[in-house]
Amino acid sequence: MATVSMTVNGKHVSADVEPRTLLVQFLREHLRLTGTHVGCDTSQCGACVVHLDGRAVKSCTTLALTCDGAEVVTIEGLAKDGRLHPMQEAFRDNHGLQCGFCTPGMIMSAIDIVRRKGHDLDEHTIREELEGNICRCTGYHNIVRAVAAGAQAMKGGEPLKKAAE
Amino acid sequence: MSATGIGAAVRRKEDQRFITGKGQYTDDINRPGQAYAYFLRSPHAHATIKKIDAKAALAMPGVIAVLTGDDLAADKIGGLICGWMIHSKDGSPMKAGPHPALAQGKVRYVGDHVAVVVAESLAQAKDAAEAVKVDYAELKAVVDPAAAQKNGAPQVHDVSSDNTVYQWHLGDKAATDAAFKQAKHVTRLDLVNNRLIPNAIEPRAAIGEYDPGTDAYTLYTTSQNPHVARLVLSAFVGIAPEHKLRVIAPDVGGGFGSKIFIYAEETVCTWAAKKVGRPVKWTAERSESFLADAHGRDHVTRAELALDDRGRILGLRVKTIANLGAYLSTFASSVPTYLYAPLLSGQYDIPAIYCEVDGVYTNTAPVDAYRGAGRPEATFVVERLVEVAAREMGLDPAALRKRNYIKKFPHQTPVIMNYDIGNYHASLDKALELADYQNFAKRKRESARRGRLRGIGFSSYIEACGIAPSQAVGSLGAGVGLWESAEVRVNPTGSVEILTGSHSHGQGHETTFAQLVSDRLGIPIEHVTVIHGDTDKVQFGMGTYGSRSGAVGMAAIAKAIDKVIAKGKKVAAHVLEASEGDIEFKDGKFTVAGTDKALGFGDVALQAYIAHKFSGQDLEPGLKEGAFYDPTNFTFPAGMHICEVEVDPQTGVTTIERWTAVDDFGTVINPMIVEGQVHGGVAQGIGQALLEGARYDENGQLVTASFMDYCMPRAGDLPSFTVGMTTTPCPSNPLGIKGCGEAGAIAAPAAVINAITDAVGHEDVAMPATPQVVWRACQKAAQRMAAE
Ligand code: FES
Ligand code: FES
Repeated sequence: MATVSMTVNGKHVSADVEPRTLLVQFLREHLRLTGTHVGCDTSQCGACVVHLDGRAVKSCTTLALTCDGAEVVTIEGLAKDGRLHPMQEAFRDNHGLQCGFCTPGMIMSAIDIVRRKGHDLDEHTIREELEGNICRCTGYHNIVRAVAAGAQAMKGGEPLKKAAE
Repeated sequence: MSATGIGAAVRRKEDQRFITGKGQYTDDINRPGQAYAYFLRSPHAHATIKKIDAKAALAMPGVIAVLTGDDLAADKIGGLICGWMIHSKDGSPMKAGPHPALAQGKVRYVGDHVAVVVAESLAQAKDAAEAVKVDYAELKAVVDPAAAQKNGAPQVHDVSSDNTVYQWHLGDKAATDAAFKQAKHVTRLDLVNNRLIPNAIEPRAAIGEYDPGTDAYTLYTTSQNPHVARLVLSAFVGIAPEHKLRVIAPDVGGGFGSKIFIYAEETVCTWAAKKVGRPVKWTAERSESFLADAHGRDHVTRAELALDDRGRILGLRVKTIANLGAYLSTFASSVPTYLYAPLLSGQYDIPAIYCEVDGVYTNTAPVDAYRGAGRPEATFVVERLVEVAAREMGLDPAALRKRNYIKKFPHQTPVIMNYDIGNYHASLDKALELADYQNFAKRKRESARRGRLRGIGFSSYIEACGIAPSQAVGSLGAGVGLWESAEVRVNPTGSVEILTGSHSHGQGHETTFAQLVSDRLGIPIEHVTVIHGDTDKVQFGMGTYGSRSGAVGMAAIAKAIDKVIAKGKKVAAHVLEASEGDIEFKDGKFTVAGTDKALGFGDVALQAYIAHKFSGQDLEPGLKEGAFYDPTNFTFPAGMHICEVEVDPQTGVTTIERWTAVDDFGTVINPMIVEGQVHGGVAQGIGQALLEGARYDENGQLVTASFMDYCMPRAGDLPSFTVGMTTTPCPSNPLGIKGCGEAGAIAAPAAVINAITDAVGHEDVAMPATPQVVWRACQKAAQRMAAE
């Protein structure tokens, strides 16, 4: 057992974990933040994407211990004071989800795409950048529209600054 | 149309929890004191189990139990069942071998369940599983169904010496043979419908729980049909009586058929919960999903189409070998038979059809329904044949289709189905327009200038949905009826709860069902809650598959709403002191005809519950009605999908340049959701055509057992889709609904392959049409051109 401390969605947390504990297990099992999902065992599907110090990572391939002292944001931490993040809003508005299982990872990845590529995203860029996120339900059509719309809605928005800090 | 009523693109009610990470999927649930299950799976495709030694495993830290097939047998737990009886041509019943939830003496595919380890933590269970010693005597395996039928092939089950489960047929052989004798042109194709792995992104999971105080079990599971699971687990497997077993299917992350079936894992977790006295939780790793979720498709087919000299279709003859895997999964037997051959008439007036199907055991994972289930296979056969026939006869493929489309309805096909309505010309014309077909030649020339080959492919698909009239499916061998139930509970304050036997795992029922209620009762959509997926709340239901929840599930709700309105009229009559016959209900108001006396829906609900205005002798208090709706016919969604591809002959890489879908789903409740269903279906169909294929090696090892080896469609593999609709409301459905969930997956594969073969000028393009396959076809086409 080893002690790990980090900030998750703005709250300081600390726990004793087995060294092999993955970040996703830490989030889901220790903190009961079950919005971050596990869809595979080969780091392909992206259902587990969270933000680690402002960057998107696959929490299924990140050891919890390596996140000591880090700042983690999960899907549960995006909405502020009951107001949805523009990317969350865009997914609903554009029907960018069906079963919802890939959705948290998609939204976290999408925000990271905006951080890296800016607000004016063309279809080709979005599709290429979503390479690490698999959705079996939507055929991506509406996810692509959601990401484009969410990126626009994030223009000048406070949430983006947060993620980029 | 109101902003939230039928036909409105209402934003989904369920999305709030999903976009904020508050969904409740099975793996998100944790029960006090739960232990963890890990399944020890067979590494061999075929072997007898001589001995299982769990002593070392049991001594490991945290291990609570190691259970095997012997323990199941000792507890008299029955095997898993296949719920659809198919008879062979000779009248003999299908040969179903035993299907124990944990192997009893023999394993039959890689991933087969040998034992379960239950421990305090998952890590401990996994560690201990490695210490379980299993003494196997390996047997030769067979993975190819045609080889499995040969003399001397390894025998998967004792009940069938040649591994053949059934030799089934449908249609009129003599009439079909006669049609071929008259034919001026015969098109012949050998087709493989590639094996697919469903891969819902949420892996299957189960938590079994036992309460000794009430002697009752609860199973949380990733199911598309929790009531069917409960019925099977009680009536056949015998874990608990039906009233002592509660099955809860909470949020489910996609199903596509693979979560219909009753599998070993949930069976074992439920049973083990009592044995170990703890809740037992299991969540599949993706590798386990690859190995042991039921796979889809896997047909090998010889198909022949007979035509006259003008391109009129005279007859169709089909022989299919269907790989059913190592065990008969829950509905496996019906998929390549009654969900397949009855659709072989397509959208065409075909006088004679004859289809033979052999269902065969192999040492591979069980094969069962996957999005479309039988109907994509049928459409692939018909639409490939028609396209190739047009090319061979030098006819325009659209024109050949038009010449043969069914024009008068109802239309009785030679293979069971009675199509109630459709307008196939309308979908074709609209699709040609949306696809800008008239400028295709120009685009092709433009591609050629860049050294690329452009092709266009059509697919006029049809499906039988709204599954299904109970008597009809009963006469075909189904073990259950396929009606649906609904209950409408009106609260005293006028808000409404809908309980449905359908199950939503992405389809958006919480929204569309509420739209129907809002529309019919004239109440705000926010006042409606849809409840599903819990056998303690919903009395019974058949679940969601076969595009049935709109057509059948909503029809049941509509029926219950009618009863609520009828009862409401009685209440209103008392309150308004009018005769019941004078009460009208419209826009959420009960009025006395010809007067301005009126009561809102909420007022009537309150009056129904306080019961001050009528005596209990005259009228029962309360406002709650239930209904069972049994369809009178299948529904027949149909349409035209057009795929336009560009192939790079140097690399064989295919890109989809345009996708046009025009579908006729009858009445549409929420066009946004319906279009989403089309997108998802098409993506899976394109996946089958271009990317996906499950492969076993000759020893029965699955070589495509991860997302690194099995190519799932990514965003970059797909285009945006153009989706249009034509509408002929379904006359056999009270709401006019036909269903939309599977259309894309049914239509797409043929459209893609027709487009690629058009582009490269060679018909031999197998699915998945990987760059290698397409490059080879390009080479063959070039060689032929050189020789000519
Ligand atoms: S669970 Fe992390 S990539 Fe699939
Ligand atoms: S919405 Fe179901 S996997 Fe993406």
